[in-house]
Amino acid sequence: MSHLFIIIAILALALVGFRMGRGRALALVGGQARRLSSLPVYHGGYMLLCCGLPALAMVIIWLALEPAAVRWLVLSDLPDLTKPLSSDRQDLLYDKIRALASRGTGTAGADSFLAAGASHFQSLKQTSLVALAVASLMAATAGFWFAWRRIVPAFPARGAVESCIRIILIASSALAIFTTIGIVLSLLFETIRFFDKVPMADFLFGLKWSPQTALRADQVGSSSAFGAVPIFAGTLLISLIAMIVAVPIGLMSAIFLSEYASRNARAILKPMLEILAGVPTVVYGFFAALTVAPLVREMGGRMGLDVASESALAAGVVMGIMIIPFVSSLSDDVITAVPVTLREGSYGLGAMKSETILRVVLPAALPGIVGSILLAMSRAIGETMIVVMAAGLAANLTANPFAAVTTVTVQIVTLLVGDQEFDSAKTLAAFALGLVLFAITLVLNIVALMTVRKYREKYD
Amino acid sequence: MTDSSKPDTGIGHDKFTSQRLRRRHRAERRFRLYGVMAVALSLCCLTALFSSVFSKAYTIFGQTEIALDIQFDQAVIDPSGKRQRKALIGADYGALIKAGLGASFPQVSGRRDKRALRQLVSSGAVYELQELVLQDPNLVDRHKRVWLAAADDVDMYRKGLIAGGAQGNGRISAKQAAWLDDLARRGQLERHFNWRFFTSGDSREPEQAGILGAAVGSLLTLLICLALAFPLGVMSAVYLEEFAPRNRWTDLIEVNINNLAAVPSIVFGLLGLSVLLGTLALPRSAPLVGGIVLALMTLPTVIIAARAALQAVPPSIREAALGVGASTQQVVWHHVLPLAMPGILTGTIIGMARALGETAPLLMIGMVAFIVDIPTGPTDPATVLPVQIFLWADAPERAFAERAAAAIIVLLAFLITMNLGAVLLRRRFEQRW
Repeated sequence: MSHLFIIIAILALALVGFRMGRGRALALVGGQARRLSSLPVYHGGYMLLCCGLPALAMVIIWLALEPAAVRWLVLSDLPDLTKPLSSDRQDLLYDKIRALASRGTGTAGADSFLAAGASHFQSLKQTSLVALAVASLMAATAGFWFAWRRIVPAFPARGAVESCIRIILIASSALAIFTTIGIVLSLLFETIRFFDKVPMADFLFGLKWSPQTALRADQVGSSSAFGAVPIFAGTLLISLIAMIVAVPIGLMSAIFLSEYASRNARAILKPMLEILAGVPTVVYGFFAALTVAPLVREMGGRMGLDVASESALAAGVVMGIMIIPFVSSLSDDVITAVPVTLREGSYGLGAMKSETILRVVLPAALPGIVGSILLAMSRAIGETMIVVMAAGLAANLTANPFAAVTTVTVQIVTLLVGDQEFDSAKTLAAFALGLVLFAITLVLNIVALMTVRKYREKYD
Repeated sequence: MTDSSKPDTGIGHDKFTSQRLRRRHRAERRFRLYGVMAVALSLCCLTALFSSVFSKAYTIFGQTEIALDIQFDQAVIDPSGKRQRKALIGADYGALIKAGLGASFPQVSGRRDKRALRQLVSSGAVYELQELVLQDPNLVDRHKRVWLAAADDVDMYRKGLIAGGAQGNGRISAKQAAWLDDLARRGQLERHFNWRFFTSGDSREPEQAGILGAAVGSLLTLLICLALAFPLGVMSAVYLEEFAPRNRWTDLIEVNINNLAAVPSIVFGLLGLSVLLGTLALPRSAPLVGGIVLALMTLPTVIIAARAALQAVPPSIREAALGVGASTQQVVWHHVLPLAMPGILTGTIIGMARALGETAPLLMIGMVAFIVDIPTGPTDPATVLPVQIFLWADAPERAFAERAAAAIIVLLAFLITMNLGAVLLRRRFEQRW
């Protein structure tokens, strides 16, 4: 909250700077704005930027660096017996200290060096806050003074402001790149740490997945195994079921809507199909877990099949329903993009509508349709909530749609939700799975976008 | 197109050809039927989805309540008589409820029966009494008839959602069912509007659990997301569309944005977990972190929508502004951007609607914690509506499924409102050039 105050103070100062800069520019020329080289607003804007930007940048950098600095100071101040600890244990120790400090005064009952660490932590936080307030407000004032001195009628404030805005624009559009880099780096670092503990070949080709780490060495099931093949197989099975549901329905809907339906019917039906895409996935998860799964189980039971209560079929079918609109609206676009001349040529030869569609339109639209199917596939692989709620946790290596299987996303969620150390092989495994997921969906997306784009260029 | 099945030209007379033509027409009709079936099937799925949710949710508006004559006994609540807040908070309100039940059913004796009787009233009812006394300390030593929430099993039983007595699975015993009938006859058992669901946070007791905490959490998260995604998205769209030179660098940014739009949402959760919680040590379960993660996730959507809106502004506007001496930035800020704003806002609302329904990345950053208190700021631990739905749908009690369905209705209501707003905005301000 106190950081918020600092930011508000800086913003207030910058606003004051804006008004004063504008006023000063006007005052210097006796109220005749045309004698200024830039409009008064730009002089005000110059003040605002000089005053606010450096100070805000300072706050952000400070806040980014503070945790690491405080941690280092607190840990280096602890008694010598904690020095030789491994980095994992140090993390744990530091978490304890932080928890102790955030609980406030209730440090009684804790180890004395922890309590000392906690109070050290608190005092460092306080000092840091005060120092930040002083430093950033000084920076704002310095900016204010600097800009104030530069405002003269001949000062080209507009150029300065516009180049500054341009830099801000470039920075914000580079954010997308930083996000990607952030994703790749964070996944990669944790994955490398995971492969230090578990060999990469075991992970990629192992057939057994049981990620629990033992508390004691002699515990039953203490040997954890990180073979991800059953997970990949389960993901593939569920996505395949989803595609079996979604591709025919989605494709036929797209054909019907774009070729057969009247304009009015299309105007009503298309948005209704798109509602399916707008429903949050947690709603599908609810539907799958509480309605479809019991239904599938009961129907399987009547037919004498042994259906698991968290069968791959239920999750897959509901996921298929979810991606129908992706397939249909993307295919609709590519089918509509096929030139009318091709259709007319086919009709001219005496072909019927369905024959034209099957033999002329679809082959012409095929690359685009494949692209849309790949996009839908990547959506299915990355989908989380439906499978978390309706698919199982047991990593069975099976192709039976009535058995319970697990998926990459389910495992990520179960490995990371709940309290555990950040550094155990279990949590790191989730990042390795995340990297695999990211890589697969990225490849699918790139291939899909490339096929779609290549095809578009051909007809445009 | 050939639409006559009765051939009247010379070609159709030969038997083989007319057979073949009939077959082709049949194939045509079949193909068309497949199309109709596909659309009908997807609409059926939509109907099934909504009806399954609504059929589970509509009962939420009523909550079975039991009226008890509570004697707010001074000796139990506040033996010292000083009406100190601490004493009033710590008092044994359970004893009052027991006494009230005893007054209604003087014939019940024996520890087991008494416990079964006590189980009819929500175990959270003590807090309702506490709240009453705290609001009006003068109640102490008085007598009042109070409507208290019934336990979730009683509620489910009275709504006919679980069976009781002999056919039941033991959640409501035959004795309890008889007591409930007795209460109903005496007018002490009624279904009232379920205000608890809309005014309280989460709870371990289904009958006391509400969505206000999650709704406030969603609101805070969405505000943070909007405050970050909207300006950043508009600025990058403006740069890419209006100022960026066509080179490798901007191509890279474009490819990046398109790919980010298709990255699974859970990966953004992993990013938030390792960078925001790990490296930057931001608080767990906080709307602040949730908002940042969702902003990164919706940013590509906003950028793509904003670029489309900027593209739709005709070049003549730009040229006219440049012609009267505006700088390139003045052209954008004074002319192009205001004209593109409705489109940008529409895209932003749709992006926000998607962020509102997003669950998976928020699970990663700890917004699944059980949180009773209603959050007051962006760094308080909080949960959001979709996560709340997930938690309730996973809970074993039947009554939580009802709550999950009702929360879905609330979530869908918000989403429909937002999307309608977007559609209206587009209708109102759409300009054809």
